[in-house]
Amino acid sequence: MIGRTLHPGTATGRPIRLTTPLSFWGGTDADGRIVDTHHPQCGASLTGRILLMESGRGSSSASSVLAEQIRARTAPAAIVLARPDPIIPLGALVAAELYGLYLPVVVAPYDDIPDGTVLKVDAKPDRAIITW
Amino acid sequence: MATLELTAEEEGMLSGRDGDGVALAMRVVVGQARILDAPRLVEITSAHVDSCLYHGQVSLDFAHRLVELGARTRVPTTLNVGSTDLVHPQLVRDQQLARAGRELMEAYVDLGCTPTFTCAPYQLPNRPRLGEHIAWAESNAIVFANSVLGARTDRYGDFLDVCAAITGRAPYAGLQTPQARRGTVVFDCRALGEFTELTYPLLGHHIGSVVGVDIPVLVGIPSAVSEDSLKALGAAAASAGGVALFHVVGVTPEAPTDLAGLPVRIVEDLQDVRRELSAPGSQLDAVSIGTPHASYDECVRLAQLLDGPPLKLPFYLSTSRATRDRLGDTLAVLERAGVTVVVDTCTYVTAILQPTWKRVMTNSAKWAHYAPGNIDVDAILGSLTECVASARAGQVVLDA
Repeated sequence: MIGRTLHPGTATGRPIRLTTPLSFWGGTDADGRIVDTHHPQCGASLTGRILLMESGRGSSSASSVLAEQIRARTAPAAIVLARPDPIIPLGALVAAELYGLYLPVVVAPYDDIPDGTVLKVDAKPDRAIITW
Repeated sequence: MATLELTAEEEGMLSGRDGDGVALAMRVVVGQARILDAPRLVEITSAHVDSCLYHGQVSLDFAHRLVELGARTRVPTTLNVGSTDLVHPQLVRDQQLARAGRELMEAYVDLGCTPTFTCAPYQLPNRPRLGEHIAWAESNAIVFANSVLGARTDRYGDFLDVCAAITGRAPYAGLQTPQARRGTVVFDCRALGEFTELTYPLLGHHIGSVVGVDIPVLVGIPSAVSEDSLKALGAAAASAGGVALFHVVGVTPEAPTDLAGLPVRIVEDLQDVRRELSAPGSQLDAVSIGTPHASYDECVRLAQLLDGPPLKLPFYLSTSRATRDRLGDTLAVLERAGVTVVVDTCTYVTAILQPTWKRVMTNSAKWAHYAPGNIDVDAILGSLTECVASARAGQVVLDA
């Protein structure tokens, strides 16, 4: 599957598909777990997973929280969104500037991605390729 | 995809002409512009920085990198709440967090930002006017600036805010452009009947929950609605959803007059929203109001409501240091009544409330939305009158 790269990088992991959007700030903790009590998947861990999510939601601080999770190695391995979100890739951009760590953020038709198999995300500046 | 065109001035900043700090800030702004498909950047007249709230080592690493590289803001820049109360440092229980919070807040002042430390910069003087391009972060500040003031800011995340302040530029995209500011769905609120103070946060939460990427146009809001009510509505809509702009017909400056062709949603009842945001039961440990920061008018009203029997429960009021400084005798009235005034931060972002408190009442749908996840309390949403009555009674007292 071809997608659009919002932030480059490569990752491999099992997918986790969120049924509603999530704000990293207020929605996840430092360990990469969903703590938003209103979120249907509250309690799930995102660390190392390929996060499939329609979009981000809510707070501007989500970019800081994601960047900190990238630094602490508790972030998802990659994030695939259904539509562009400016705040999530900002966290990835700053983590790359500060620490040289690249978490790929991609926009792709993620409904077509299967749930039960390992995904590989290869996001180059011109385009992203997701395989399984 | 649009190709990003930069001016010679902007190319100069990007290439390091003005120093490595400006170049780093420009890389972030340009990176964001590419993500947003912006054709160009736009000059901004002010910035409001959310990044001064501590979210871990990355917060300090980023601010210190900018300071070390010699960056300075080039437009007037206010600061959002931080992770500690610099005026009342004894209020914060987690001294390690308070130290990191203070270090971060000082780093942003070193970058040239004004130490306002408020999530409601629109309550300060010199606020932006209709049509001004600005770069404000913090979701409630964004939605208020766009909707009530008619200034133009997109929904900026942490880091971009200060980078915009340092470069004086933001991507010309999203809500900076007139075409993105048009209302797309009507919420007809006329069936709600009489509007009370609590209607606004409930309505905001409801709209935020259902609106998706649409821009709501509200019909049937009383034309005399206060800025504080619009603040409560916007803050709730921005935290329950991603609302960065709403229009109120007859009230806000860019509200459309012709609604033909827009889909219409009827809002009839908000009782379900109140139930969703409130834990059941009457037991109560404390009250916390002022999220976003209480305005001068709200502080005065609270002081008036406190004229009566004493409070049985701890009562917290979050406001800005600027508003606190304006209060004069009202501050003394509040403190004599037992109200703990918190500035520079907020009770749901740092450890101020006691960890044994499990049920806390608030008049803010935003606080009620975030506090369970952030500080592990059950929230009860009530009007300011209900909050005071409950603190007096020592248990939850609701009017209806």
